[in-house]
Amino acid sequence: MGFTKIWAMAGVLAAGLMLPPPASAQDTIKIGAIYPLSGNAASAGESAKAALEVALDIINNPHPELGNIPLAKTAGLPNLKGAKLDIVFADNQGSPAVGQSQALRLITQEKVAALTGAYQSGITQTASAIAEKYGIPFLSGESVAANLTERGFKWFFRTTPVASDIAKTYMAFLKDLKAGGQKVDSIAVVNENSDYGTSIAQVLDEAAKANGFNIDLHIPYSANTTDVQSQVLQLKDKKPDVVIFVSYTSDAILYMKAMKALDYKPAVLIGDDSGFSDAAFLKTVGSIAQGAINRSAWDIGKPGSVTYLINEMYKKKRGVDLDDTAGRAMQGFLTLADAINRAGSTEPAKIQAALRATDLKPDQLMMGYKGVKFDAKGNNELAAALLIQIQGDHYVAVWPKETAVAPLQLPYKGW
Amino acid sequence: MTATLLQVIAGGLLLGALYALFASGLTLIWGMMNVVNFAHGDFVMLAMYTSFVVWKTLGLGPAASVPIAALVLATVGIVAYFALVRHVMRAPMIAQILATFGLALFLRYGVFWYFGANFLSLPDNLVGGTYDIWGIRLPAARLLAGAVALLVTAGLHLLLTRTMLGSRMLAVAEDEAAAQLMGIRPHRMQAVAWGLAAGAAGIAGALISTFFYISPTVGETLAIVAFVTVSLGGFGSVPGALVAGLLIGVIESLSAYWIGAVYKDIVTYSLFVAVLWLRPQGLMGKA
Repeated sequence: MGFTKIWAMAGVLAAGLMLPPPASAQDTIKIGAIYPLSGNAASAGESAKAALEVALDIINNPHPELGNIPLAKTAGLPNLKGAKLDIVFADNQGSPAVGQSQALRLITQEKVAALTGAYQSGITQTASAIAEKYGIPFLSGESVAANLTERGFKWFFRTTPVASDIAKTYMAFLKDLKAGGQKVDSIAVVNENSDYGTSIAQVLDEAAKANGFNIDLHIPYSANTTDVQSQVLQLKDKKPDVVIFVSYTSDAILYMKAMKALDYKPAVLIGDDSGFSDAAFLKTVGSIAQGAINRSAWDIGKPGSVTYLINEMYKKKRGVDLDDTAGRAMQGFLTLADAINRAGSTEPAKIQAALRATDLKPDQLMMGYKGVKFDAKGNNELAAALLIQIQGDHYVAVWPKETAVAPLQLPYKGW
Repeated sequence: MTATLLQVIAGGLLLGALYALFASGLTLIWGMMNVVNFAHGDFVMLAMYTSFVVWKTLGLGPAASVPIAALVLATVGIVAYFALVRHVMRAPMIAQILATFGLALFLRYGVFWYFGANFLSLPDNLVGGTYDIWGIRLPAARLLAGAVALLVTAGLHLLLTRTMLGSRMLAVAEDEAAAQLMGIRPHRMQAVAWGLAAGAAGIAGALISTFFYISPTVGETLAIVAFVTVSLGGFGSVPGALVAGLLIGVIESLSAYWIGAVYKDIVTYSLFVAVLWLRPQGLMGKA
């Protein structure tokens, strides 16, 4: 792997050097967006890219039909004389090193006003370190690893619920299940072993202990794997009541296929976002993952609603419904754009101050957060998540009861 | 032995057959023709997409997609030889590596551009269901791939050791100038080798697509194991690649089950290094 990656990087760098620098108009403000546009996570990266392009359309063109979404009504940023935004996309190739060098390139050569991305927590980690060094705001809409906001960074913000919020949501859900008579005595966590999976597994462990649950089986694995049968057999041996997968797309698909081949079904299967939220996951293995539970803050809503209209715009670009991960990326970008507008300037310090002063209300958001307001570490203290379940060929909201549109179906059905 | 352990071993053997099948074409090019084909994984990837297109447009399974993919890829292989590889045959090794690597990127991003990054998958029941033999579950699609891996290995081995064509190819690999003096056309033999190797990659891809996901980078994920398979088996030994593939499959599965999935590569590659240390020519290679 290392060898081919090095060659890939060399090739891309060589190609990059030969391209002429893109011309820049004076009245546009450039934002750098680092996403996995090639490599194993490219399908999630392309979804995020499409979502950001929809956000760009909403910001740069008048969309009075989108209610209170910031910057929707006007064309461009009103506080900057109607200046338009422009996104410079950069491919992180699924590698923390490439993500870091792309951040450097976007800041020093493209002169972006701010950065967003980078999907994989492990890459957000390295890319945001560069932004911190250069004093450029970095807003991640979707990276959840706990350590990202434990570094004392002053230029890093994120709108997404983080690992600890997610763990809280799962624990509350499991308590509800227990109260309803469902057996949840033993829990297994199967996690990919980079920043994202490791971080979620760790906070799940802590949250479980605090809530009197027992995680008695940990199966870490590398997401870039060719086979997962042995892991499924470990699960089959131990028979946990609940299995929580923390996976990216390719490995999530392999797990569902292996589970069917080995005829294994836990009573409760939770797939933590990422891989399970990828539209390609539903399309390829949705029919053999019936009843899989996932977290989400995205709900398409009723026809005519703001979220419904946004989903229609996205569908026109990408051909599928907006998923939670791309939705969170889009919400992050809209938040960033709103801050730049309020800053009334592209000066990094002013954008940073505006981000700190962010106070978006639920009706100004497309995601189901209770608002956007950053704490001292840069986390959104109003982030929230609900649980959705695969029923038929799509996800439906099933928990908590207030937001549920269909009853939770247990046990996990599979195929 | 418990039933689970038997299942782990059975799964490992089927996984190993997949590795062997994936590596079969590579043995021919790398092991015999001394060209490191970095595009091999992407040949297989291309075959997986061919198989997807065959299913999507004609609604047909491996009975049609295997021969079609074999033909398509054999053509790609021959074209790649004449258009690209021929020109770097006498160039230093690094030029060959860069040329085939460029080809790999070209294929990967060509597919990326045309099909997009989305993961694709063939319907689960395209090759029948799963056999349950005394509690050991064997998916029909993987059994088929395993059986074909044996056939392809046997076929290539016989071709190389028992036919005139095989002898000519080996002669070219051994000493091109001498072969030419014997009236063998080296370019033609090299092209045949590339056609055969790519055709084998075509068969492999069409079969793997029946139980694996399909994406532009899938070849990259599997290719690293293929390179290890060929060097462990021994350069130029077709049966060696089969034995090595099966061995790696079983060791990976057992170590993932016993020690943990994150450690399986450490176990596999330590053994790999140990074997090469003791037998640099590989398990079945000639010293």
